[in-house]
Formats: sequence, C-alpha cells, structure tokens
Amino acid sequence: MSSLPPYTTTGQRIWHYVFLTICALIFIFLITPILVIAPLSFNAEPYFSFTDGMLAFDGDAYSMRWYRDILTNGMADPTQASGWGIFFDWFWKALSPFHTAPPSFYTDAWENAQWIRAMRNSFFIGFFSTLIAVTLGTLAAIGLSRSEMPARGAIMSLLISPLIVPLVVTAAGMFYFYSINFNPDSWFNGNPDASSWILAQTYAGVILAHAALGTPFVIITVTATLVGFDKSLVRAGASMGAGPARTFWKIQMPLILPGVVSGGLFAFITSFDEVVAVLFLAGPEHRTIPRQMYSGIREQISPTILAVATILVVLSIILLTTLELLRRRSERLRGMSPS
Amino acid sequence: MADVTLQTGTAHNSTASGALLAADGTPLKKKLRQALAVSRRRAFLLVAPLLLFILASFAIPILLLLVQGVKDDTFSSIMPETTVVLSEWDANSEPTEDMAAALVADLISARAIDRSLPTKVGTRVNREVSGAISLFKKTTRKAAKMEAPFLAELHKTDKKWKDINYWRAMKIASKTITPAYYAAAVDKKYLADGSFTDQPEDRQIYVSLFLKTILVSGGVMLACILLGFPVAYLLAHLPSRKANLLMIFVLLPFWTSLLVRTTAWIAMLQSAGVLNDLFVWVGITSDDQRFSMIYNMTGTIIAMTHILLPFMILPIYSVMKAIPPSHVRAAKSLGATNWTAFWRVYFPATIPGIGAGGLLVFILAIGYYITPALVGGQDGQLISNFIAYHMQKSLNWSLAAALGGILLVLVLILYWLYDKIVGIDNMKLG
Repeated sequence: MSSLPPYTTTGQRIWHYVFLTICALIFIFLITPILVIAPLSFNAEPYFSFTDGMLAFDGDAYSMRWYRDILTNGMADPTQASGWGIFFDWFWKALSPFHTAPPSFYTDAWENAQWIRAMRNSFFIGFFSTLIAVTLGTLAAIGLSRSEMPARGAIMSLLISPLIVPLVVTAAGMFYFYSINFNPDSWFNGNPDASSWILAQTYAGVILAHAALGTPFVIITVTATLVGFDKSLVRAGASMGAGPARTFWKIQMPLILPGVVSGGLFAFITSFDEVVAVLFLAGPEHRTIPRQMYSGIREQISPTILAVATILVVLSIILLTTLELLRRRSERLRGMSPS
Repeated sequence: MADVTLQTGTAHNSTASGALLAADGTPLKKKLRQALAVSRRRAFLLVAPLLLFILASFAIPILLLLVQGVKDDTFSSIMPETTVVLSEWDANSEPTEDMAAALVADLISARAIDRSLPTKVGTRVNREVSGAISLFKKTTRKAAKMEAPFLAELHKTDKKWKDINYWRAMKIASKTITPAYYAAAVDKKYLADGSFTDQPEDRQIYVSLFLKTILVSGGVMLACILLGFPVAYLLAHLPSRKANLLMIFVLLPFWTSLLVRTTAWIAMLQSAGVLNDLFVWVGITSDDQRFSMIYNMTGTIIAMTHILLPFMILPIYSVMKAIPPSHVRAAKSLGATNWTAFWRVYFPATIPGIGAGGLLVFILAIGYYITPALVGGQDGQLISNFIAYHMQKSLNWSLAAALGGILLVLVLILYWLYDKIVGIDNMKLG
C-alpha cells in the first residue's frame, strides 16, 4: 500500500495519492475536534475560541483558571486558597493521610464543589451499575452459550435490546415505572400515607437504569470469548472431583476473564457517559459529570467545560493505551508476535 | 437366552424389544431426555436472573410507556359522573340538562378534594379545544352557587357552553382508553363521534418530523459509509503495525465521551469558532460574514456523523480483513482492470460490513437525543427531542408515549432486519 510497485501507471499513482489525501482528511476530521479542546481549555478569557494572544503564543493569554474552577466552583468559601498553590494545597489535603483535623477547605471542596460532586456521583453510579451488569451479564452469557439453552434467539434479542431501543424511549418508560410507589401498603391497602418506595430521583433508580443499559455489552463480549472456550476443560475439572462452583472459579472464569473485563469496561463507560437516563430519573443531587456538562453547555457556557472535556480525553487516552498494552501482553502470552 | 445374559450384565442393558436400558433399569432414551431437561433447566437458571432484571427494569417500563400512549384517565378519574353521562351522549344532539348537572356536581366535588383538580381537567380538555382552561376555572368558581336548571346557569356563566364543541371535547377527553394520542402523533385528530380527521395545517408537525428524522439518519448513514469505507480500506491494507497506529484515530473518538465530542464541535463550528477563524484567515469568507454551521441542521449532521463514524469503520474493517487478497489478484490475472476488480470482486465482498455498520448507524441515529438537543438549535431537532419536550416541558406524557411508541416500532423493525441480515450473535465491539 505504502510503496507502489514499479509498473504502476501515472494515473494509478495520481489516484493512489488522491486516495491517501482523502484518508488523511477523514483522519483529520476524526481527531481534530478532540485535540482542539485541549489548548482552548487554557484560555485566559471566558471564550470558546482562540484569542489573538493565544495565537501569538503570549503566555498571559493562557491560564489554569478553568481547571481551578473545576475544583472550586460551588464551594462555600473558595477563597481559602488561591493562585497556583491551590493545586498543591488541594492534592496535599486530599491525599495526605497525616493532616490532622481535616482542613475545612478540603471538606468544602469534597462536599460542595459541583464538579467534584459530579465526579463522585459518576464513579459511585458507574461502580454499582457495572457490578450488577457484570454479575448478571456473565452468568447469562454462560447460560446463553450452552447449546441446550431453550428459546435462545428470542431471549438473546430481548437481552441485547437495551442497546438498540432509543435512550429517550427507555428513559421515558423508566420514568413512568420508577415513579410508581412500590410500597405494598400503598398498593394493597391504598394507604395514601404509606412511606414512599419510589425509585425515581434516587441513586438506586439511576444505578438500575445504567445496569440495564450496560448488560448488553457484557453479554456480547463474554459470549464472544465463550465461543473459543473448550468445554472439555470444565468436564476434566469435574471428572477430578471439582464441584460446579470450583470449576467455574478455577477453570472457566480465568479463561473468560478478558471478555468479562472488557464487557465491564464497556458497561462502566456506558454509565460514565450516559446523560438521558440521568436527565429523566435523577434529582439535582445525583448529577453526574456528563449531566453537569449537559447543563453547562445549555445554560452557562464557560471554558470550564473544555477543561473537564480535556481531562476526560486524557482519561480515555490512558484507557486506550492500557487496553492496547493488555492486548499485546495477551498476544505475547499466547505466543503470537505482537502486531 | 440372549435376554438372560444381557439383563444380568451391568454395562449394556436392554429390554426384550431391544431398547437400551440405563444402569438403574430405565430406558436410555428416557434417561437421556431427563438429563437434557436438567441441563436445559440449568442453562435457563443461569440466564433467569438477568432475564428477570431486564424484564423488570427495562421491558415492563417500556410496556407501561406503550400503555400510557392509549390511556388517559385524567378526566374520567376526576369527573366520574360526567364521564358516565357523556358516554351515553351521541355528540350531535344538543347537550342535556343531565350533562350540565353532572358537570357542576363533579366540579364541586373535585374542588373540595383539591383546588387544582378542575384546572387539570381544563388542561386536558384544552388539548382538544383551546380556551378550555379559562372556561373551567371560571365555571368552577361559580359552580358552588349554581342551582337547577344547570344548563341555563352554565350558559349564563360563559357563552362558550353554548358551543357544542366544548361538550364534544369533553366527550373525547372522558375516554380512558383513547386512540387520540396515537392519532395526534401522526397528525390526525380524533373526533367525538369516533372518526378521524387531519389536524389543521399549522399543527401538522409530527409526520414531517418523523420523515425528517429518517432522512437525517439516512444522510448520516450515507456520510458514514462514504467517509468510513476509504478509511477502513486503508486500515485493512496497511501493514498491521501502521494500521494499529492509525486505528488510534478511530478508537480515540470511539472511547471519548459523547458530551466531550459535542462540546468539541461547538468549539469548532460556532461563529467565533476554530473553523470560521480559519476560513476568515484563509480568506474564504470575510469577518462579518461568518458561516453559521452550528445550532442548525448542519451542526447536527456534522456532529452526528463524527460521533457515529467509528461504528461504521469497525465492522467494515473487520469484514475487509477477512477478504483474501488472492480474489482481487485472480480477477486481475483474468484481465480485469483495477476498477472492475474492485467493483465486481472486492466491493461485493464488503457488503456485509457496510450493511452491518449502516444499519447500526441508522438505528443509533434515529433515536439520537443529546447531540441535536445541544447543537441542533431550532431546525436541527429530531423526534427524540420532541418526546423529551413533551415528557419534561409540556407534560403531555401520553403524546410523548405515543410518539415514543411509533419510534420504538420503527427501531424494532430495523433491529429485526439487523438480526436477519447480520445476526445479533455477530455484533462486535471495539
């Protein structure tokens, strides 16, 4: 592809370079928007565009103020630390196990800063929804890949459908359903004063919704790994006296672990990136990072969002690198040359 | 003789008829059936927890949504007597005294329970005919002092009550199970006599909105095919080390948050954005005539194409990787030109990838909500945005449910197609 054989005609050469240019333009289309936000997030002015100073590489036109804003926005008293010191201050107070009597600045940031709250919510919801999705999804994938499974096709279609059904439809349906009071006292006795067992506007509601949205990924990835799984290994284990639980944890699980992990990763990312269900089901105190970005874009557009976006891009680069390294490692372990 | 020896043996038992027996004397066929039933049950038990979970947290909510689209008990629950009387009325004759009396009685009792209830009824009737909210407020205020004959009193309170259309609107609203919302979702109006008619011209928005959504999804799908095919081809034919490096350009956007990418496109496309700055600098346009590329349909299509492009590239790429290069070489050795070899041999082999990616992109695009909501402005809104609008702003949940039901049916048809053509077992990620 890269080097042309000597017998190519001029027309073919021209076409070859035209083709490469087209591809280069498409790659630019794919990657530029993601890269362009990083320099913009260091803007000293509250704009979404490059200022003249930034284009002239004037140091004063760049600043860290939007990153500082992530840490302090919403705090009761953000003035306790200022300037560059805030970073060291914050990290020191956040990470040091030695500081006695937690400084109120740290507690304030942890409790009140909007983005930090959103981050805590995102990780909390993401963790538990992934846990549910991976547990139920892995079990189901093992069942589904057994040849004896009855009504396999229909059940598989149903279990994959959260991936396909438009999020607005899913979220609207869950909104109705989760607004029902499930307290049996109110259902059967019609007691209007029964305490409310309502899932809407709770963490549990969002977690259940995200778990449902994440399971298809776990099923797809785990079923894919199970295709290459040699069932005689389980039988061999069982023939030597291991019970079903033991064969599962000692033989099957380690072998399908890559599928489980990548399914879990997909489930977590899905939850971490999901806005619509949060918009419909969560209250103001359950705002996640994407929810916070959504209202940021709609209401008070400020480069803080660009700073958050840059951090998220860095996170996804780290994630991508880790995945690539893991892939190479597993290929090396299987005796294949890393490609 | 043979029977005796076989039945004393333990390994191979069989009855006189020749059927094999298991060690405990039951026929082997039956034993096998039992064993299969056990393993079937085991497999099902493994799936059961997730199946229950998905049914409870996903399938039942969606069924409820579909029910909500045909059910509206606002009127019938607050105005029980009126509902009964209205159901006997033929919607053409003059309103009777019975109807008026029931109306007044219901309004008085509803107001006694909660002062906001009559307004709720008014809002519901207002969806059928405008002016009903104020009419109900006014009538409720005076209802307590009214005396028989109630019809005359109503006419005295507001001359709108002489207009039979308000009574017809109440008859429509009084139906608990009603096709009115599904009719409204396809720009039809449900009339009191049970027939349908077109909505007035200026209120016919949903059919064209569905068409627009389908058109935009189709456009995004086409754009993704046009942009995705060359990239997939390049990646599939480069040496794998280089291909893996370039794959980052595809995978990084794939793994980056949707909100981040939408934000990035706002920074790129807005009038003071990167692209417009570039255009002004190059001289394509002048500073006071910057292109408006965002907060309209253009912005929605560009951002959606960018977000969905990886879903197109990855399936085409994996199909192209599996095409043996010898096929094209064989075609060329038989005298095909480069173009013929590509178009007649290579391209047909990539169709499964294009089909899989295209359907996936189309399915995802047709239900898109966040990107149009953020960068779509006025004319870039799609059907999902209207569903969300009716859920959250206008609070017309039943219309939202009806629109959602139609969208769901569209998507399920596409899903069924996907399953037939690609097979959900072949769905791959990353």
